Amino acid sequence: MRRSVTLAWAAILALACAAAAPAAERRIVGAGATFPYPLYSKMFDVYYRQEGVKVNYQAIGSGGGIRQVQSRTVDFGATDAFIGDEEMAAFTGAVLHVPTCLGAVVVTYNLPGGPTLNLAPDVVADIFLGKLTRWDDERIVEANPGVGLPDMGIVVVRRSDGSGTTFIFSDYLSKVSPEWKETVGAGKVVNWPCGLGAKGNPGVAGLVKQLPGSIGYVELVYAVSNGMPVANIRNRSGRFIAPTVESVSQAADTELPDDMRVSITDTGAEGGYPISGFTWVIFYKEQDYAGRTLEQARDLIDLVWWMTHEGQKLAEPLHYARLGEVALRKAETLVRSAVYGGEPMLAGEARPASAAEAGR
Amino acid sequence: MWGTGTVRGGAPATSEAVFERLLHISGAGILALLAVVFVTLLVHSFPAVKDLGAAFLYGRVWDPVGGEHGALPFVLGTLFTSFLALGISMPFSLAISIYLGEYCTEGPFSSFLRSAVDLLAGIPSVIYGFWGLFVLVPLVRSLQIKLGAMPYGVGVFTASLVLAIMIVPYSASLGREVIHLVPADQKEAALALGATRAEVVRKVILPYARSGILAGVLLALGRALGETMAVTMVIGNSNVVPQGLFSPANTMAGVIANEFAEATGSVYLSALVEIGLLLFVVGTAVNILGRRVIKRASVEAA
Amino acid sequence: MREERRIVVRVAWDRLFSAATALLSYLSLIPLFLILYYIGRRGISAVDWDFFTSLPAPVGETGGGVSNALVGSAVLIGVACVLAVPVGIAAGVFLSEYGKSRLAGAVRLAVDVLQGIPSIVIGIIAYLWIVRPMRGFSALSGGAALAMLMLPVVVRSTEETLRLIPSALREASLALGVPRHRTVLKVILPAGLSGILTAVILGVARISGETAPLLFTAFGSPFMEWNVLRPMNSLPLMIFNYATSPYPEWHALAWGASFVLAVFMLLMNLVAKVMARRWKIRF
Repeated sequence: MRRSVTLAWAAILALACAAAAPAAERRIVGAGATFPYPLYSKMFDVYYRQEGVKVNYQAIGSGGGIRQVQSRTVDFGATDAFIGDEEMAAFTGAVLHVPTCLGAVVVTYNLPGGPTLNLAPDVVADIFLGKLTRWDDERIVEANPGVGLPDMGIVVVRRSDGSGTTFIFSDYLSKVSPEWKETVGAGKVVNWPCGLGAKGNPGVAGLVKQLPGSIGYVELVYAVSNGMPVANIRNRSGRFIAPTVESVSQAADTELPDDMRVSITDTGAEGGYPISGFTWVIFYKEQDYAGRTLEQARDLIDLVWWMTHEGQKLAEPLHYARLGEVALRKAETLVRSAVYGGEPMLAGEARPASAAEAGR
Repeated sequence: MWGTGTVRGGAPATSEAVFERLLHISGAGILALLAVVFVTLLVHSFPAVKDLGAAFLYGRVWDPVGGEHGALPFVLGTLFTSFLALGISMPFSLAISIYLGEYCTEGPFSSFLRSAVDLLAGIPSVIYGFWGLFVLVPLVRSLQIKLGAMPYGVGVFTASLVLAIMIVPYSASLGREVIHLVPADQKEAALALGATRAEVVRKVILPYARSGILAGVLLALGRALGETMAVTMVIGNSNVVPQGLFSPANTMAGVIANEFAEATGSVYLSALVEIGLLLFVVGTAVNILGRRVIKRASVEAA
Repeated sequence: MREERRIVVRVAWDRLFSAATALLSYLSLIPLFLILYYIGRRGISAVDWDFFTSLPAPVGETGGGVSNALVGSAVLIGVACVLAVPVGIAAGVFLSEYGKSRLAGAVRLAVDVLQGIPSIVIGIIAYLWIVRPMRGFSALSGGAALAMLMLPVVVRSTEETLRLIPSALREASLALGVPRHRTVLKVILPAGLSGILTAVILGVARISGETAPLLFTAFGSPFMEWNVLRPMNSLPLMIFNYATSPYPEWHALAWGASFVLAVFMLLMNLVAKVMARRWKIRF
């Protein structure tokens, strides 16, 4: 009996040691946004084949990404809602926001025939406020001549978890609807007046696909890859804009701050899609913490550099917009500012983009 | 330490003592584990208790961004789904108990039904949720369209249906056992007086097996209260007080599953732990009550 | 005349009652068959060689398998067994051999309470005690959570098994002057071995479908992972993630995984049942 206990413990120790032995295998753990998950999933698959580094990215939602960075349980987080100043106070170290791409939050729905609808901002707000409850409402019909709208109730589907997609969406609605701003506001989690909650972008897309008459908001690729219709949204210049890589890129044509914590919803750009946003990877500026080795820190920095450079070419096939020139330069500066024990890991111009792309 | 005194026989006293101590330690270890669980929940929910006080229990609004943490929607959601599930499953589990305990006690049909019910208990909850999402939700949706309700498909009713299926085996197997234990002479006496079998069931068996059946119901309730995955997949995850039979809602376990990994801010996280503590206390109370009733039932039956 | 009618009514009631009982009993099997039908129909077609041997494909791409989830589930169950089985058996022996003390009464109550704790709450404990201090999600934390769920099952079944062993066996050994601990180790435990094995199998059956406590402990991973200090995928977790996604290929994989998991649970229960039956016949 006792011997078997000893044996069992020996076994687990052996297992742990055996597992720890090939530690030469380089791994990075990340968690967060589901918004860029299809892109990251592809990027990390390619990165593993190229560099042999296993990046385990779990799409648990932006809120989860921020929280796990805060409790230092992951190497990097991913979010499409930047950490606000107030929230930042709860962090014990400076956190960098490096943008990796841009995406569109689209309004998708499940209607017979899958028509493309034109939706005005106030209509979107009222639907998600639970005030506009039927598909054949005059205000929807008016903007969509020739589309046969069914006599159906509108079922709102939204996120149940803390989400950057929700942040972009609610941030937009706060800008276009005073009532939304008043009663709901902007945030990763908001106090929804109505609707069904689903976990993650996949969850919302999955539920909308399941329920005829439903409407939800997801990242563009989730709608496109599932053959779901997306609405054209009227922007500030009065045009109905379809969410595309181009219209999202145009939305970002604005003044960008150095720390890249910026919202680009309700853009003033004429052809810009109004519900667009950056998505960021976040990690501690000081990488020497909790026994992290220089090697681990370097692997992370190399990964982020790769994502903002070579990895960019994977974005457009998956309907994400790549970083513009200005955003890319600012991202580079941010990556370079990361330190290990106070020492920068990528010195000044020592690592131009081309060298990084050539691999090590 | 405990037990070192009870050394007997001529064997080397030391190994005897060591052995005994090991056994005692493993027993005490389980006690310690439980204490750790409880204290951990208590300590980590302290910030929320301090910050929110009793408002936590009756607050109707769960708005972590606005700093409001009222757990009432989840408490009501849990109670609503669990008791509805209990109500739906009761006729079935009682029927199975009576059928297997009285009408069809042996033979191929009996063992088939018994193993089938056991099987129902063995299916993982995530599979129930998955199946519910793809099979029950469309069914409930078409029902809602017929009734003119909002065709959500997911919601309290769907969650209760899934739960009801899951908990049938818990009350049925215990019910069958106690009904089986009803002394034959009592039943025969009633039959000899000219009672029909249905009357025997109603007048003799059910009163006799009452507490055992109640214990089974309590076990099933405990299972329903703590169920997470199957419920969260079909309830609609809406953090509001349930408005009606078909409305989306959320449960205590569901909100933890959805929000625990991402709760920023100490009060938010701690409020979730407090919901866990509440779940622990309620689950434990129902569970202990159930075991008490079982013990009483087995004493009565003996 | 009236008397006769009353009898007719009573007999009719009786018939109706027994018919209703039987009907309701068999009706409650419909969900079971529907579930098995869906798992079978959608699951079997998803299970092929690739399903068992390849890693998941990136989001939105077709193909791929669940080999990492299979390995992850095995490792998680292994860790849980290593943690729970020795303690569980020892505590079970303690309860059956020293079961009259006050400590034993308290332990029995504690086991009951442990058994009633919702699994999501166990997940919280594992997160606060293992994930946070170790600064990382890991299979170890998931395994520990599962071990806590498995422990009460092992303790209870071990105790019940050992109690069934005739006291004559124990007394014969003690009468020969064999000390108590040797009696337990050399007589009782070997005699109860198959019963204890059944206890372990029941424990494994209890935890192999658990999802809730793994959400924020084992966490998941798209890669093949053997290191218990790393995040790891598992079948139930994978079913949850894939089932709620919008991708039909993922749904197919989730049905396949459900099929594999259900078959595994079925086998475990079957083995436990057969072993328990053989065990009961021996004594």
